[in-house]
Amino acid sequence: MLKFVFRRFLTAIPTLLILIGLAFVLIRVAPGGPFDGEKQLPPEIEANLRAAYHLDEPLYEQFGRYLVNIAQGDFGPSFQYRDFSVTELIRSGFPVSLRLGGLAMLLALFVGITAGAFAALRQNSAADYSVMAVTMTGISIPNFVVAPLLILLFAVGLGWLPAGGIGDGSVKHIVLPVIALALPQIAYIARLMRGSMIEVLRSPFIRTARAQGLSMPRIIVLHALKPALLPVVSYLGPATAAVITGSVVIEQIFGLPGLGRYFVQGALNRDYTLVMGVVVFYGSLIIVFNFFVDLLYGWLDPRVRL
Amino acid sequence: MELSAGRSLGYDAWIVLRRNRAAITSLIILMLMTAIVLIAPLFIPYSIDATDWDNISISPSLSGGHWFGTDGLGRDLLVRTLEGGRISLLVGVVATMVSLVIGVTYGAVSGYLGGRVDQVMMRIVDILYALPFMFLVILLMVFFGRNIVLIFVAIGAINWLDMARIVRGQALSLKHREFIEAARAGGVTTPRIIRRHIVPNLLGVVAVYVTLTIPQVILVESFLSFLGLGVQEPMTSWGALVNEGAQEMENAPWMLIFPAMFLTVTLFCFNFLGDGLRDALDPRDRGASS
Repeated sequence: MLKFVFRRFLTAIPTLLILIGLAFVLIRVAPGGPFDGEKQLPPEIEANLRAAYHLDEPLYEQFGRYLVNIAQGDFGPSFQYRDFSVTELIRSGFPVSLRLGGLAMLLALFVGITAGAFAALRQNSAADYSVMAVTMTGISIPNFVVAPLLILLFAVGLGWLPAGGIGDGSVKHIVLPVIALALPQIAYIARLMRGSMIEVLRSPFIRTARAQGLSMPRIIVLHALKPALLPVVSYLGPATAAVITGSVVIEQIFGLPGLGRYFVQGALNRDYTLVMGVVVFYGSLIIVFNFFVDLLYGWLDPRVRL
Repeated sequence: MELSAGRSLGYDAWIVLRRNRAAITSLIILMLMTAIVLIAPLFIPYSIDATDWDNISISPSLSGGHWFGTDGLGRDLLVRTLEGGRISLLVGVVATMVSLVIGVTYGAVSGYLGGRVDQVMMRIVDILYALPFMFLVILLMVFFGRNIVLIFVAIGAINWLDMARIVRGQALSLKHREFIEAARAGGVTTPRIIRRHIVPNLLGVVAVYVTLTIPQVILVESFLSFLGLGVQEPMTSWGALVNEGAQEMENAPWMLIFPAMFLTVTLFCFNFLGDGLRDALDPRDRGASS
């Protein structure tokens, strides 16, 4: 197991470096700089600005500096929000995003696994078909379409929930965003769960358990659930990436002051350091999370440790 | 067991697919959708960016001349939805082709060569897989301007990983079949074997994943356009229209509902068709899903 952990760890490092390198190269070769404005700056001032942000150094030195700074948790100053460092922006936005994403993920896992297992146990029944139809809808309707529709229905129409903003931070402000963010993931997880559960229920060891006279609920909880969950576990990585990506647009729609919102603002305003900081931060988060998911998978399924 | 000599894989697949009513309906809707999006704008007396100052934000009506209503600048929503559909479908198809070319080449080479080369190539795919691609596409859009060719290439360039993995698996299993060995014994060169013998035999599986990639690509493009990072004015796409609609939904809900409906129906149909094709063509799933 230790060797397996070590090996997984070794693949996470180059991924991280490639991500940072890619973001770095992209930014440096991009046309148009952060100091291109309406009026032409005098060359001396621009030179001073470039020196202040270390843009006059050779690329490899800039990259080295960037890596060292990131390792210390310093993503540099934001070009757009002059008074804030990117680290400060991340620190202020991330808790909101984490709450949103974390709740969406929990909801997706809970509802997805339950619905998928339920459909699998009643394969080809009306209940099964309706779960599958609903999940197909969930996959096909993008969350930036679902979110405005939810607002239209529950906030504008029925007036049950606020249409946006974080308000006083109470739960009711985050109900609609969490649901909108979770829906596609619920759909994917339910379909995965249904497929794997059906396969597991057909396998010989389940037949043996039944032949020995164990009750069906007991078989499902004690024997079928763990192997059936494997595909869901391996989907956790992509699901996290999808939830983080989705949170960008959900935060935008509901006006939540999360990291995704800063990212979009940064992207629209060419705020290089902010955009890059968020990409590296979220990228690292996904890579670290994937690492732990791999470990979890290795623990659940000893075969992959070989 | 009946003899099925002379029946091609394509024909077999068609028989299975024909029985799948959801998939066939989807196929017909998609063909209709494409036809309408391509042809109908020719018969609408408004252009995509023509403003009608007398009819700003009017609701949909058959008699008023604006069937889908107009937006806040008095632009006809029907024509915008259809033109937006052109862009969305075009991005879907072109970007998928880009990913198809990269993915099939990469996967076929990796799978056929095997051994060390295969390991290195697949390791690279694994590493790329862990990257948050949407963010990288956004980076690309931010730094290189938001032009449509870049959208094609950027989305295509990130979507080939699945294709490469699937193609590689198939190539790996084809590699030791007799007809490949025969070709090799006959002195056919490796690039030629890959081109003439491996790739044509992958097309069934590839067709399935093309159908499933197109909606993903349309979704990515809509996502970008929704955030204002994709297609730019005066051009539009379904994502951009949904964005405009979402901002006006309290006073002009039709601006949200029509584009959202077109987008959703299209994605729906592609997904159903892809599922149906997979049942029909993908030998791995055969039996398991019936």
